[in-house]
Amino acid sequence: MSAPAGVLPAARPAQVTAPVVVADRLGGYAHLVIADPVLAQALPGQFVAVAVGDRQSSMLLRRAFSVHRADPAAGTLEVVVAAHGAGTAWIAGRRAGDELDVVGPLGTRFVLPPAGGRVVLVGGGYGSAPFAWTAQAAVAAGVRVDAVVGAGDADRLCDVDGVRAVVGAAGGQVLVTTDDGSAGEPGRVTDALARLLEEPVPTTVAACGPMAMLAAVARTAAAAQERTGAPVDVQVAVEEAMACGIGICMTCVLPVRGADGATRMVRACTDGPVIDAAAVRWDCVGAHGASVPADAVGAPEGGAA
Amino acid sequence: MSAPAAASVGGATAPDPAAAVDMSVRLTAPAGTVDLAAGVLTASGCAAAGRELDPYLDLTTLGGVVTKTIMRGARSGRPTPRMAETPSGMLNSIGLQGPGIAHFLAHDLPWVAERGARAVVSVAGEDVEEFVDIARTLRAATSDDGPLGRPGTDGGVLAAVEVNISCPNVANRGLVFACDPGSAAEVVAAVRAATDPRVPVLAKLSPDVTDIVAIARSVLAAGADGLVMVNTLLGVAIDVDRGAPVLSRVTGGLSGPAIRPVAVRCVWQVTAAMRAGLLPTVPVVGVGGVRTGRDAAELVLAGASAVQVGTVTFGDPGAPARVRDELAAVVRHHGLGSLAGLVGRAHDAVRDGGHP
Ligand SMILES: Cc1cc2nc3c(=O)[nH]c(=O)nc-3n(C[C@H](O)[C@H](O)[C@H](O)COP(=O)(O)OP(=O)(O)OC[C@H]3O[C@@H](n4cnc5c(N)ncnc54)[C@H](O)[C@@H]3O)c2cc1C
Ligand SMILES: Cc1cc2nc3c(=O)[nH]c(=O)nc-3n(C[C@H](O)[C@H](O)[C@H](O)COP(=O)(O)O)c2cc1C
Ligand code: FES
Repeated sequence: MSAPAGVLPAARPAQVTAPVVVADRLGGYAHLVIADPVLAQALPGQFVAVAVGDRQSSMLLRRAFSVHRADPAAGTLEVVVAAHGAGTAWIAGRRAGDELDVVGPLGTRFVLPPAGGRVVLVGGGYGSAPFAWTAQAAVAAGVRVDAVVGAGDADRLCDVDGVRAVVGAAGGQVLVTTDDGSAGEPGRVTDALARLLEEPVPTTVAACGPMAMLAAVARTAAAAQERTGAPVDVQVAVEEAMACGIGICMTCVLPVRGADGATRMVRACTDGPVIDAAAVRWDCVGAHGASVPADAVGAPEGGAA
Repeated sequence: MSAPAAASVGGATAPDPAAAVDMSVRLTAPAGTVDLAAGVLTASGCAAAGRELDPYLDLTTLGGVVTKTIMRGARSGRPTPRMAETPSGMLNSIGLQGPGIAHFLAHDLPWVAERGARAVVSVAGEDVEEFVDIARTLRAATSDDGPLGRPGTDGGVLAAVEVNISCPNVANRGLVFACDPGSAAEVVAAVRAATDPRVPVLAKLSPDVTDIVAIARSVLAAGADGLVMVNTLLGVAIDVDRGAPVLSRVTGGLSGPAIRPVAVRCVWQVTAAMRAGLLPTVPVVGVGGVRTGRDAAELVLAGASAVQVGTVTFGDPGAPARVRDELAAVVRHHGLGSLAGLVGRAHDAVRDGGHP
């Protein structure tokens, strides 16, 4: 593949019933390989939305998962699932031979720099799921890759070996961090990221993980850019609570500044999940949701904090 | 009722699309009629303006796309979280986020027209003037010689106007229009007067009232050409781990299969009043918790001439088309050739001595 992954056209999404062909573990996570030719056209950064249970399930809403890897030649798509609540517990419990109802591929993708450029991948928890594959696309496109893989603790690190296998083989650095120091170096992904950004070269940062981490990555990159003078383009894959994943419900919004300078509550599922971190109004994004900036288009008079 | 046959309808067995059932529905306006291809539509707020659903179903085979409620200006909606999943349902507090009528007319309605589908445009305002303003703007944009086709007729994109009276009336201490017969009637009369007489005006009612028949009576007296029942019910979900409400604004609207019995009850009560001569007889559009053709059939048997499919579309984007096919199979199962034949039949069963 010679073109960077970012320039490939996104496939038209579909709703499919597809078999799970492999169900195993990836560290502390469930790992599912799903066979379907449409899903297999997903690009790094995109996601799929998986139905929970059967037609009679009392859980009506889909669960979103970033694509761990897609292989159009093999006709497969892979996801990495943390059993968090009732819905993800059911999905994580699927076995080879079971069928899943999946909508995808959905959303925007990471746009890699042109050949000769540099990308730093930053994953927190299951947020690093897409990065071995993203790194593969970058290496194939002649892009230099480094990576930071972090988590709260060793159990929640995701696919360190996979990322190392690709990035390490291509001569890049892989830094591993845990908040509690149970693996890699103790500390936050941003500590490691700051070191990788000391080099004064134009860099694309692709980050995926909890919202608080993404906000910190954006801050770290901005500080590095100021210090070194080299531009840092940060693309973050955001994780907002989604009811539909396809743009019809308006539940997944967050405040983002547009090209015209105006802030709007944009849909993370269709305008994202990958968005330009510099455009996100991080001042209005909290641990449990986002407020509407008083200057947002259509904000109630006096703002709606 | 033959249980085994009924059990296969709208369930696991795929209906035979070749078997002809007339699924169309006719709406009447003061100066014309509108024939919809099928009595199954999307529900407001659960399909945006149609475009996003295009990969998953053929919109031209539905009765229409009921648009997200449009207001005059752009609205940012409420802070997040705006959504909480609940047993067989969800709560939402979107806050009518949308781009406003001008953007809708420039970008969204032309797409529906180009696609060859039809739109039921849902409108709302914070006061009567805003409702009127939007109705007038919509009328001007869908004039006879405009690019959107003749309004109300088979050629035009605009099939009907749905008046969403479930928003708070700023002029009346924030009291929801739909909860007050006087405000509800005032808004419906104003929208009826501002709308092309060939376009039916439907009033969408809230189930959160003591006497839905009284509200129905007032909007019908005000000139509504049909009723849509029901909007969401007010609810609260609390995150027990955090010890705090899930939604940023605490309360939200409950929707999904959890509310279906409430919707069926509302359709039932209003239809019973129509049949008893206590209300003028107009088409009722049933909405609330439709997941399958059998669910839709409950609303139709209770008196609905058409149904809308809402929340279930989030989990199953092809649902409106599937429900239409499954509902056709129920019609066939009853030995009928048209959806119209099924409307209100459960009332006949009660009149004729109830259950066998
Ligand atoms: C773009 C995107 C990519 C994701 N990728 C992955 C992944 O690769 N691996 C993984 O394990 N998880 C991933 N998630 C998170 C996963 O979708 C949530 O853990 C899951 O939705 C919560 O469902 P539950 O059944 O565990 O919890 P519940 O608490 O039972 O969820 C109830 C409802 O709330 C919504 N919800 C609640 N919290 C979240 C949240 N943080 N994010 C999204 N929706 C939420 C769910 O969609 C669901 O409708 C991703 C989410 C998004 C939006
Ligand atoms: C996320 C969401 C947004 C909604 N937005 C609107 C709206 O803008 N206008 C309106 O009249 N109803 C709105 N509704 C209500 C639905 O149109 C419908 O009346 C209700 O959800 C019951 O049907 P259901 O159970 O099939 O969803 C909304 C419902 C949901 C779930
Ligand atoms: S999840 Fe429904 S609009 Fe984004």
